[in-house]
This record gives sequence, C-alpha cells and structure tokens, in this order.
Amino acid sequence: MNDIIQIKNVSKIYPGAITAVSDLSLAVKEGEFVTFLGPSGCGKTTILRMIAGFEIPTNGKIYLAGEDVTEHPPYERQVNTVFQDYALFPHMNIRENVGYGLRVAGMSKQDIKPAVEQALTTVGLTDKADARPGNLSGGQKQRVALARAMVRRPKVLLLDEPLSALDAKLREAMQVELKQLHKQLGITFVFVTHDQKEALVMSDRVIVMEAGRIVQSGTPTELYDHPVTPYVADFIGNSNKLYGKVVSADAAQVTLQVGSHRVQSTPGQTRYSAGDDVLAIVRPEKVRLLADGEDPRNYSIIPGIVREVLFHGSSCRLEIDIGQQQLFDLDMQLELALNTSDIGGPGTSVNLAINSDMVSVFPIEEDNV
Amino acid sequence: MKESTRRKITSFSLVSAPFVWILVFLFIPYIVMFTYSFYVKKYPTFIPAFEFVNYIAIVSDPQYYQILFRTARIAFMVAGSALLIAYPLAYFLVFKIRSDKLRAALYMAVIVPLWVSYLLRAYTWKTILGSEGILNSLLVWSGFLDAPTDIFLYNQFSMVVTLTYIFVPFMVMPIYMALEKIPGSMVEASKDLGVGPFRTFLRVTLPLSMPGVIAGATFTICLTFGDFVAAFLVGGPNGAMIATIIQSQFGATLNWPLGAALSIVMLVIVLSIISLSDRLERSGHIDLG
Repeated sequence: MNDIIQIKNVSKIYPGAITAVSDLSLAVKEGEFVTFLGPSGCGKTTILRMIAGFEIPTNGKIYLAGEDVTEHPPYERQVNTVFQDYALFPHMNIRENVGYGLRVAGMSKQDIKPAVEQALTTVGLTDKADARPGNLSGGQKQRVALARAMVRRPKVLLLDEPLSALDAKLREAMQVELKQLHKQLGITFVFVTHDQKEALVMSDRVIVMEAGRIVQSGTPTELYDHPVTPYVADFIGNSNKLYGKVVSADAAQVTLQVGSHRVQSTPGQTRYSAGDDVLAIVRPEKVRLLADGEDPRNYSIIPGIVREVLFHGSSCRLEIDIGQQQLFDLDMQLELALNTSDIGGPGTSVNLAINSDMVSVFPIEEDNV
Repeated sequence: MKESTRRKITSFSLVSAPFVWILVFLFIPYIVMFTYSFYVKKYPTFIPAFEFVNYIAIVSDPQYYQILFRTARIAFMVAGSALLIAYPLAYFLVFKIRSDKLRAALYMAVIVPLWVSYLLRAYTWKTILGSEGILNSLLVWSGFLDAPTDIFLYNQFSMVVTLTYIFVPFMVMPIYMALEKIPGSMVEASKDLGVGPFRTFLRVTLPLSMPGVIAGATFTICLTFGDFVAAFLVGGPNGAMIATIIQSQFGATLNWPLGAALSIVMLVIVLSIISLSDRLERSGHIDLG
C-alpha cells in the first residue's frame, strides 16, 4: 500500500523557544487507523494541526499523497478534521453544517442534497437534519462533526480527541462506531488521544509520543507486550516495577537479582552483562499464584503476603507485599470455578509465579528512574 | 415584636428599596413629562389641561417631522460610518494582534476618550474643521486650496464627523465582545472544509458577530437621537436636531408642554428602535455554547 502521509524531519518551535515537535519522521499507509498517544503537551495535537494546515512546521516537510503540502493553507488540503469541541456552526442547522463545504465549493444543489443525506444516514442522524447544533446532545454533535468532515470524501480524516467530552458509556459506543466507520469508508484515520484504552481498542497502529518525539510505534499488542521503554510500559496499562542487578546474561536469558529473589527474563534487543542495574516490568495480569503441588522450576518464584484484595467485578486485584516495602499487583480473572472467597484474605502467604516471557527488562538510565 | 413580623419587615424593606428607587427616579419623572405633554401653553406660562394640541401641532407642522427625519438620517449615517470604522478595528484587535497585553492596551486607547469631557471632544472638531482650522491650513499649505474654505464646518457633514468620532467606542465595544466570543475552532473548521479566508469571514465570522453589530448600531443611533451638543457646536443653521428643538422649548421658547410632547415622541421612537434591535438579535439568536 502507498504512504498517504509522509512526515519528514518535522519540527515545530513556538515563539519563546518552546519545542512542541522535534525532528519527527513518520509514514502513514493508505487506509490505516493511526493513533497518536501521549500526555498533554507531548506534541500530538501539534502534529495533527500541521497535517491539517493550521500550523506550519518550523523545519521539515509534510507530504500528502506524494504532494508537498507543508506550506499549503488548510483550505487547499484534502484532509478534514473532527474538532475536540466539534466546532459546529451555531447559525446553521445540521443539514447546512454538513453541506457547508460542498455549498461553498460550488457544488450544485441536486448533488449536495444526496451527499448530505448519505452522510447523515451514515451517522444515523437523518431525523435531526433541521435542528440547530445548540439543541443536540454531545454524542449527536459528535456525529454531526463526523458527517461534516467525511462528506467531502477527504484522503485523511483527522480526529483531535473527539471523544474526550463524552461520558464513559457513550465513549465506548463511539469507539466501536468509529472503528466500523473506518472500515466502511476505507479512509485513513489519524486519531489523537491521551486515553490509552481508546488507542488500544481502535487503532491499527499506535504511536506513543513523549516531549515532541516518537517513543514507540507499533500495533496495540506490540506496545502492550513489548514496550521499548519504561515510559511506554507505564503509559499503556498497569505495571509492576522491580529494580535489580543482572547476575548472568546470554542471548536466551537474563537472570536478575531482585532483593533476595532471582527473576528470569528474555533479554529483548539490549545486551546486558553481569552487574548492570536494570528495571524489570511485569504486567499485573501476566502473573499467577503458584498452585499447590505445582512444579516451581518453570517459573521465577517470589514469595509474598497478601495485603489487600480489591474486587473489580470480572476480575480482582491482589496487592502482595514482596518485602523491602514493595507491593506487587496481581490481577486474577474470576471464572466459574474461582470466587473472591477462594483466594484467601489479607495475610495469606502466597508464591508469585512469573513466566520469563512476561518480564520486560530495561537498562536503568537517569531519566528512567 | 414577634420574630416573624420583624423578619417580614426586614424582607419588605429589602424588596422595597429598588422599588422606591424606580418610583422616584424613573416612574415619577416619566409621569410628570407625560402629564405636561397634555398641558396648554398660555402666554407667559402654561396651564394644566388635557388637550392633544401639542401632539396635533407636531403632526400638522412639517418642520417637526422634517427635523425628526433629519435626525434619523444623521443617526443612521453616524451608525453607518461608526460601523465602517469600528468593525475593521475590532477585527484587527481580536484576530490580528497576538499579544494579549498589546490588545488590552489598544482596546483601552479606544475607550479612554470616553473619560474626556464630551463637550471638549465635540469642540475639538471645531478647531479641526473651521475656516482657520487644521484641515484648512493643511490644504492651503499643501496647495490643494488657494484660500481656506468654510464647507467643512456648520453643516450635516461636520455633525456626522463629530458624532461618529464621539460615539465610535460604543460601536467598537460590542463588536469586539462579539468577535472575541467566537471560538477559534469555528474559523479553523470553515477553512478545514475548503473555504478560503474571505468567504469564511462572510459566512462564519460576520454572521456570528451580528449581535455585536446590532448592539453597536442601537447604541449609536439612540445616542445620536438624543444629542444636541454637536448640533449646537458644529451643526450650524441647518443642523438642528430633535433634541435641539426640545431643549429650546424648555429654554428660550418657554413652551414646556410642546417640549414634553416632543420628548414623548422621541422616547417612543428610541424605545421602538431598542425593541426592534432586541427582536433582531433574538431572531438570529446564536448559542455559541
């Protein structure tokens, strides 16, 4: 597939030497659903605004379908934006809002009507065509904004945190709808959010950003299972952090000394040697309790005492004291055979069984600590 | 005294204070004026009566509605020229100036003349437009004119210029407020949908700022309607406005009943303008939320 967007060495420096984006390069494939994920101020919105044309990069080039659009104004780009505050025109009704771009572009009335009608059907709002934006709910405004953005059949649809103003239930429903809409339209979606769940649910590819740079780019599963830095691991999902020293390392396995325990891990890309200070990260749901009579040799075993049992409905979380004033979180699915009452309350002694594949190891650098 | 009675008296006096205020400062003066308009002039003073002679005089004598018409025309010209000056200025302040401090300073510069005596500001134009004035000196010095001319002063042109200058802040303020309330994403959304800057202005910014324009026009029209100082200072013989006539009825002519009737007519006109503008604003009611 072709690259629909190419971003080459783009930087954006605002007056006052504030660097929003620094030397960022990236290609987005046609039809992809790409999400920029990061905390506020990481530069994700600036990237989106530069693709839309609201900001001009300080350095670098942006190509859209092979054409250099770096300096093009927004009204000369075949991209459309769904704004965070929807930005519906209050002095026009829904039909006029959706048809606005087409009307001003000089499309004939006979052509505009079916196009608007179809866009409103797609988002399920045909009955609101004559209403004013002020009389719609948040979710309906959201849909109108979507209809207005896609009615021009843009090459790329940009979505700037469009779900952040909706309540939790509606947000989940809209995530599914957006994903289906993406499949149905076949347009490239570039989505910006600070919500990691949203990013994981919807995207083909997630780009995690920090301080104007890309930290990691990959499928949701890749990011979750193989974060390249503790920042990514921390930002996406929950994680237990274990600080330790490398005891021995080879191509297949790294053995760590964490407190008085030994933990095995697969080394990933980095080469370690004995004595290196490292940080090991383990997801709470990728750990088990060692069952009675089970062979402990296949796992790294850390003994501990249950401090707290937190009931989460379909799962429950154990907070386990593993010594040295460190708590280790463990998530357990509550299945048919397992109830909270079976787990044992606070004070129970348990053995954590950690599979070496589930441990991510990172060298300790100053900014990781 | 019982506690409940005391509480009743307290709450009653709280409620009645604004009521008394309205009664003394608004209601009674209007009633007095209204009553006077039905009195009859009887030299050298006037006597209480209930006659429509004053209103009949206003309707039957063409000089009154000619003056009313002239006043209205000048009011609309003032509103029009104030709009032409104020809109670009407010637009520039809101959208083109990036620094908040500079914007606030320039906005203050527009407002500050309101603190200067109104008379002084009107009088200034006498020295600018007069035959010995700055404009004439400049034109003669630069060779455009051989001798100073008196066409600039003591006519309707000089009145429109002076009144526009005096009332322009009342046009800038509401337009500035209206423009400032328009979210930046509104303009961006329009451009995003393929619409260039000029048409974005016509179709998004201008309609969304109309409440400000209507409010500014209402201010300037109503203020011009009630003005007699500009007419007195720079208006000349043909510059008489409705307020000039009313003022002379209460002064030199000593015909309070006719003055009161003219005042009531003017009040009705101004109230109609205000209610019309209110209705206009409501019909195009825009919820930016």
